[in-house]
Order: sequence, then C-alpha cells, then structure tokens
Amino acid sequence: MKHYEVEILDAKTKDKLCFLDKVEPNATIGEIKSMFHKSHPQWYAARQSIRLDPKYAGPLLLYLMFYFRVPFIYAPKYDFTTSKHWVVHLACMCHSFHYLKRLLETLFVHRFSHGTMPLRNIFKNCTYYWGFAAWMAYYINHPLYTPPTIYGEQQVRMALIIFLFCQIGNFSIHIALRNLRPPGSKTRKIPYPTKNPFTWIFLLVSCPNYTYELGSWFGFTLMTQCLPVAFFTAVGFIQMTVWAKGKHRSYLKEFRDYPPLRSPILPFVL
Amino acid sequence: MVSTEEDGSVEEKENNNKKRTKSAIAVAWLTFYNIAMTAGWLVLAMAMMRFYLQKGTHKGLYKSIARTLKFFQTIALIEVVHCAIGIVRTSVIVTGVQVCSRIFMVWFITNSIKQIQNEESVILFLFVWTFTEITRYSFYTFNLLNHLPYFIKWARYNMFIIMYPLGVAGELLTIYTALPYVRKTGMFSMRLPNKYNISFDYYYFLTIVMLSYIPLFPQLYFHMLRQRRKVLLGEIIVEKDE
Repeated sequence: MKHYEVEILDAKTKDKLCFLDKVEPNATIGEIKSMFHKSHPQWYAARQSIRLDPKYAGPLLLYLMFYFRVPFIYAPKYDFTTSKHWVVHLACMCHSFHYLKRLLETLFVHRFSHGTMPLRNIFKNCTYYWGFAAWMAYYINHPLYTPPTIYGEQQVRMALIIFLFCQIGNFSIHIALRNLRPPGSKTRKIPYPTKNPFTWIFLLVSCPNYTYELGSWFGFTLMTQCLPVAFFTAVGFIQMTVWAKGKHRSYLKEFRDYPPLRSPILPFVL
Repeated sequence: MVSTEEDGSVEEKENNNKKRTKSAIAVAWLTFYNIAMTAGWLVLAMAMMRFYLQKGTHKGLYKSIARTLKFFQTIALIEVVHCAIGIVRTSVIVTGVQVCSRIFMVWFITNSIKQIQNEESVILFLFVWTFTEITRYSFYTFNLLNHLPYFIKWARYNMFIIMYPLGVAGELLTIYTALPYVRKTGMFSMRLPNKYNISFDYYYFLTIVMLSYIPLFPQLYFHMLRQRRKVLLGEIIVEKDE
C-alpha cells in the first residue's frame, strides 16, 4: 500500500524536527501527532499544533475575500455581490487552484522546502506574496473590471489551456524531482525526462518547474488582461531566472556529463 | 535627499584586506566625471546667486536654471552604473534610491507642477542640493587625486547635519504645496474602468511618498552620523551585517 512521508518542521526556525516514514494515507492529524510524540517525548499530542504554510494560505484566502467582495474593499453597494463576468469566476478558480496545489505540494511533495530560511526572509516573502495577491485580486474582482477586449473569449480559452497545461507540467516536475532522491539519501542526480510527457522539457531546460510556473502566470495574465498580474509575472520571471541560472551553474559545476543542450529556464534563450 | 556614500575612502580596513586596484581608465573617467559634476553644480550655484542679486526676488529663479538642473541631476544616473560595474564601491540600491528620489523631485514634482515653481521651499532644497553636491563631488575629485584638503572633508561630514534636515524640509514642503494642484488636475492618474484593469492615484501616491520619509530619513541620517564618527573622529564601529 502507498504510504506518505511526513516532514515536521519547527514553526519558527523551519528546522527539520522529525521525519515520519510510512504514514498511512488515511492517517489523522491525531495519529501524526502521536507518531511525532514517540520521537519527541516532551511534546504530547495536546501540545502540538500543525499549521498550513501561511505564505501560500494568505494569497488563497485574500483573493477569495476580494472575490466575494467582503465589506470595506469596494463601495458598500457592491458588498457580497459577485461579478457578472464569467472570466472573473474562472480566474478565481484558477488562482485558488494554483495556491491550493502549492499548499498541498508543500505538505506532501516537497522534501527540502523551507529548511534553511531565516525569519526575516519569511516576513519579506509573505509580504511579497500577500501584497501582490491583494493587488491583483482587487482589480480582477472590481465592479468596474473590464474583461479581455483584444481577442475576447478566444483569448480567455487559450489562456486557460496554457494555464492548465503549465499547472500539470509544474506538478509533474515536482514529482519527478522528488523521485530523484529517495528519502534520507544525500545523493544528487541529474534530472532526466521520465515517461510523463510533461517532463520531456528536461531535454531543453534545467529548471522546468520555473518554466512551467512562468507559463502559468503568463496564462493568467492573458486570461485576466490585468496589468498588476503582468507586473507580478514579470517580477516572478526575473527572480526565477536568477534562481534558474544559479541552479544551472551549480549543475554544470557538479556534473561533468551535464547535457549541453539545456538552458536554465527558457529553451535556447535564457 | 543627500548622498551618503563616498568613493572608497572610509573602507580602509577593507581596502587592506582585499586589494582592489582600480584600472587607470576607471580612475581617469571617475576623475573627469567628478570634476565635470563639481563644475556643473558650481555653475548652477552661480546662476542662482546671479539671478537673485539681479532681480532681487526668487520668483522666476527656478525657470531660469531649470534646464541646467535637469541636465546635471539626470546625468547622475551614471553613478548607478558606476556601482553596478564595480568601479565605485557602494551599493547599487542605495545609490539608485538616492538618485531616483532626486530625479523624482525634479521631473515629477517641480518640473511637472508649474504652480509651485516659485515657492520658497523649492529655493530651499535647491540651495541645499547645490551646496551638498558641490561638496560631495569635490570631495570625490580630491580623493581620486589623493590630495584631499581637510576643509572639504570637514564640510562633507559636518554640513550634512543641518543641510540634511533642511533639504528634507524643502522637499516635503514642496510636495505638500503641490498636492492641491495634483488633486485638481488629476495628473499622472488613471481611473477605472480601462482595458488594463489598473488604477493609479498620484495624490495618494505622493502622500505615501511623504510618509516614507519618516522611516527613511532617520536611517540615512544616522548612517551619515556613523560615517562621520568613523572618518572624522577615527572611531572604530563594528557594524552588524546589513
């Protein structure tokens, strides 16, 4: 039977406290707490509190507040109304799906997420994610929002396809990267395409997770035709390119036989 | 706002640890640049004095020196490049913020909002900027030539104590006086609905800019005070990694 591995991190320092191997898929939080208690006898279950990553939970919830037009955001006559444009509903579903996926990934997929991030960075990180989420959500869910005008419905449809394609792609890459390193081992390997077609992009790119992430947000920009979203995509692109170049460089340094055809983030270009 | 960093004079300790000999071209270029900027701001200072002495009023003074001011203040963008390519050992971000705040003041406030050009607050910050820049650029020049007269060093690390607050006062007062005109004309602003689905209110933006002086000014001021203690009084200050 398939089992989960659960990693418990210190909430403040994000240090890895405990690694629970073989957690049953239908294990309850209570059972997880008692498993943790076994390795840390002083923390009996009632003293434990397990949280969702606020960095991603924030944007998820903030956006929904704007979507449902919670009071004090827009003019009072719009309180608790919903937009008449179907693209706004679609955008909400996409945005929520994206952050839900990220939350679930940090809980169940990623192995070494925020293990070494200092407290100050977490504050800056949250401000970035939460700030941009609020800024985007404000305009998309605004009563005076203008749906895409350049190519209308066609544009939204195309954007949705791009968005979904990249979401699946991004998820595939995360799974592929996770399977590269068996639990507990320290071996580092070059990622290669697997049977999943979404991973074939590994032939051309070192960090396809960033490529797909960029693609998702590009799709979302097209879908909403909202300049703040374009800014968010641009800033993310710059940051991810910096990270991709760094990762690519360290791959090249570490592996003599690293495939020469690969670029850091954009095939042949960047 | 007043510039705070200098051309590698204070970091003597670091210079001994990492020997970074600047290329001859870099030194030559920087010397030329700093001489040119010193001259430019001197010209500005003299033009301002001459106008006031001849006309007896400050009304119309800004208009008469506007072009020269715009030229020399905008050229200062090169200093960001200097930091980026490493021939000046200062943070790109610090220099960038300083130059941008000056450019903002010149192009997006004084130049754009004609009605405030004859305000006293404009003359105030122009006076402060001119004095500060002449001191700063001549300081860099003499440093590069390895012949720094003590009075220039003294001026650079002491005058800011009153110049800085005066300059901030001039800038803030100018922005504050400009607010009603911004509100009335709706300049630089964009309202919904529009096809980009974005809005921008210059009036609120300026308010935020003014508020940002509250956290930013003390930081820069205390930084300069620390530099002063190190350079003039020879104090050794162990700094936490910023």
